[in-house]
Amino acid sequence: MSESHDHEHGEHAPIQTHETPGEWEVLEIAVRELAIEKGLITADDHRRLLEGIDGASPMLGARVVARAWVDGDYKRRLLADGSVAFELGIDNYDRTNLIVLENTPQVHNFVVCTLCSCYPRPILGLPPDWYKSPSYRSRAVRWPRAVLAEFGTVLPDDVSVRIHDSTADMRYLVMPMRPAGTEDWSEEELAKLVTRDTMIGVTVPRVPSPPA
Amino acid sequence: MSAFAAGQAVRIADRLTIGHTRVPSYVRGAKGTIERVLREFLIPEDDAFGRPHGRRQTLYRVRLAAHDLWPRYRGLASDEVQIEIYEHWLEPVEEAKQ
Repeated sequence: MSESHDHEHGEHAPIQTHETPGEWEVLEIAVRELAIEKGLITADDHRRLLEGIDGASPMLGARVVARAWVDGDYKRRLLADGSVAFELGIDNYDRTNLIVLENTPQVHNFVVCTLCSCYPRPILGLPPDWYKSPSYRSRAVRWPRAVLAEFGTVLPDDVSVRIHDSTADMRYLVMPMRPAGTEDWSEEELAKLVTRDTMIGVTVPRVPSPPA
Repeated sequence: MSAFAAGQAVRIADRLTIGHTRVPSYVRGAKGTIERVLREFLIPEDDAFGRPHGRRQTLYRVRLAAHDLWPRYRGLASDEVQIEIYEHWLEPVEEAKQ
């Protein structure tokens, strides 16, 4: 850019992409258009599916965890059968088979998919980029404590770590421990403590410190 | 009827294969115990080739001690990896007799 060209806003990458679609993208478009042309699905079916996928977010999982924190019977049923999570009106659009893993004072659970990026998408949304990175996937099973420390989570020496490699048909949701000092909190307030990363298990929920 | 029960000692087969198996190389040949029995699923070897009516096998969750998987592992003796393995990749292990 020339020196006289002084925009008020910062420079950013152009929104327009000039890349030609790759082989898989072309294949997807071709199959989709064929399926629509043959009347197997409609364009609106496809759009609605994408809207659902993009609409799922960790707030759904947070509701499940918060409910389990306040309702002992729900928690027992949820730990015995992860499909109970979908009772709260969550659309299990890809028929995820869910297992809920309970953190305890003795055991810290966390989840990785060493082979690809398996993730409980209907309940947490799309996985973060780091979850898909070869660095996280290869190191989480080999140096779990060091990887957790990189996320700011230093496990005490008397807490066992349990790494769940999500490689086949099941998907995993970590139920973190309810923080101390939240005994009189409502379910809605509790849900705000339950973030995406606490349900992958790379960190734990914390009560924000009161303003000084 | 599943061939293995929760708590049973097993070994994950150490096979060289091509194609889609969902058995990562780092657990092949590893010894562990059955954590729980899940249900039957279409196996990846058939699923990957678009055979929805292909072979089905019981899926298990297997617990593996981190110290057994990795030499010089730094952590607690109780640290473990849990992973899903299909029945045709599991072999029974004779319990050592004292």
